[in-house]
Amino acid sequence: MNELVVSAAIGVLTGSGMWLLLRPRTFQVAIGLSLLSYAVNLFIFVMGRLRTGAAPVVPAGAAADPSLYADPLPQALVLTAIVISFATTALLLVVLLASRGSSGTDHVDGSEPD
Amino acid sequence: MTAQDHLAILPIVLPLAAGAITLIVDERRLALKAAISLVASVLLVAVGIVLAGLTGDSSVIVYRVGDWAAPFGIVLVVDRLSAAMVLLAAVLGFASLTFSLARWQRAGPRFHTLVQFLLMGVNGAFLTGDLFNLFVFFEVFLTASYALALHGSGEPRVRASLHYITVNLAASLLFLIGVSLIYAAAGTLNMADLARQWREGAVAHRALYETGGAILGIAFLAKAGMWPLCFWLPGAYAAASAPAAALFAVLSKVGVYAILRIGTLFLGADVAASPSPGTPWLVLAGMGTLAYGTLGVLASQNLPRLASYSVLVSSGTLLAAIAIGNAALTGAALYYLVVSAVALSAFFLLVELVDRGRRPGADMLAVTAEAFGAEGDDEDDIGESIQAPTALLGLAFAACAIMMAGLPPLAGFIGKFAMLHALLESETVSITSWTLVALLIVSGFTTIIAMARAGVRRFWASPDASVPHVLVVEFAPVVLLLALCVALTVEAGPLARYLDAAAQALHAPDRYVDGVLSKR
Repeated sequence: MNELVVSAAIGVLTGSGMWLLLRPRTFQVAIGLSLLSYAVNLFIFVMGRLRTGAAPVVPAGAAADPSLYADPLPQALVLTAIVISFATTALLLVVLLASRGSSGTDHVDGSEPD
Repeated sequence: MTAQDHLAILPIVLPLAAGAITLIVDERRLALKAAISLVASVLLVAVGIVLAGLTGDSSVIVYRVGDWAAPFGIVLVVDRLSAAMVLLAAVLGFASLTFSLARWQRAGPRFHTLVQFLLMGVNGAFLTGDLFNLFVFFEVFLTASYALALHGSGEPRVRASLHYITVNLAASLLFLIGVSLIYAAAGTLNMADLARQWREGAVAHRALYETGGAILGIAFLAKAGMWPLCFWLPGAYAAASAPAAALFAVLSKVGVYAILRIGTLFLGADVAASPSPGTPWLVLAGMGTLAYGTLGVLASQNLPRLASYSVLVSSGTLLAAIAIGNAALTGAALYYLVVSAVALSAFFLLVELVDRGRRPGADMLAVTAEAFGAEGDDEDDIGESIQAPTALLGLAFAACAIMMAGLPPLAGFIGKFAMLHALLESETVSITSWTLVALLIVSGFTTIIAMARAGVRRFWASPDASVPHVLVVEFAPVVLLLALCVALTVEAGPLARYLDAAAQALHAPDRYVDGVLSKR
């Protein structure tokens, strides 16, 4: 059941993100990319062999059995991906505003289609 | 660890440090910034030469960041190909920085910082042995390139950058999806470990793994400018300022490098039981890119767009040659990669000098004049001597044209000839090879036509024959890059042998894999 909910959530986010990405207004494109990056972050997370009730950190000194522990790597990957997509989205917003300011329109081509 | 072992991380640390220092230095002390940036890039060239020398005996330098053992920690790996690419990026970076000293460094804030961060990301992408780390370095150089594409601002740059950034952000998301699929299938992101698992058939979910590899490939191909994922490229490269565009000439090569590295290392056709399913598609896509670039070169009405479409021609040639995938052809393609990157970089710099001082719209005027057969008052121009700068620019333009079209006697010819030779060498030449041979020759021919037409328009029949004001410091990097082309021609033997060995090592990656995994 959980799998279904999570994969449906990723699917809805990806679908909405894709649709917005293909829209002609710059703000829609920015939001679309944000939604897509949420979907991708969730995707990385669930691809990382999730398990419940297991600690990610092995205690010092103990020769622990790795199969009893959760894999901490996907969290690290997601964290990095979140930071990077946050920064690039911020950059895109700046360019979006610059485009709006210099062309006077929020169309992605910088001019309204005739 | 000795001091020599730390050389492997210098191509990343050096630009990082230079970029950080130039970020702190006040914007008004531009001379100091430029000095730091130039010194760092000269040192980077030196490091590149040393690394190329160290890997010349086919040794693989493995650097464990944080000293964690190989499949768990992140490793940097220097082999022949990485060292050659680092050196190439460093040389282009130096030329571009020198060019910017005259004008462009003042056209916007933090130019030197951005160039240094771009070089850091590019070098990191060439050196890293970890898939996620590759993503991080891709983002580092892409983010720097977004800002550099905007350098100098202005409406056309903002518009082109908006497309450039959007497409590349979407491609980066595909990159992440591919990486996470591969992690789900194999449980590791270390490239050598993936190669070992793939070769031993130890990958648990083969379909998932191949899907991840395919999605990863799409992300790289979008960055390498493969048709039909390349429509952002001509606009962005043509709109970018000259030094930025000269650096961008190496960015599309990073995509090609990633395809080559990953395609041979852990999705390699010759190491798996069955051939990689994407290979025929990649050949087709490479040829498509080549054809599209060729048409674009012919249709370009101004020089920046001509240069941008030449990037596509170069990318298409490389992708098709790599995808056909025998080691001899890959070696020839690598030689072509180096030569075409240097020539394109020189051409991007030259275009700005040639176009300087022209009336906006002069290109359209020239083309419409041609279309309607309007002859100017030619009698007025008789007896007017060609001034020295124009003559020098013309010579450099001709040299660029010869390099890019692949005419003898310069290195472009050697690269193309080596590829044709490798294609026609085998006993039975397949229809694919013949098609690629035909496309290569046609693309060279159309490049000559386009360059000759543009050259005649600019230098002999220009509607506004003003002499461009060119400073020595701007012309010097162009001369430097063209001299490098001549050097590559004269010393073609050693370089071709070096790159051929690099290609052999790519197609038989035992040394790479063992080097990374056995290091304790």
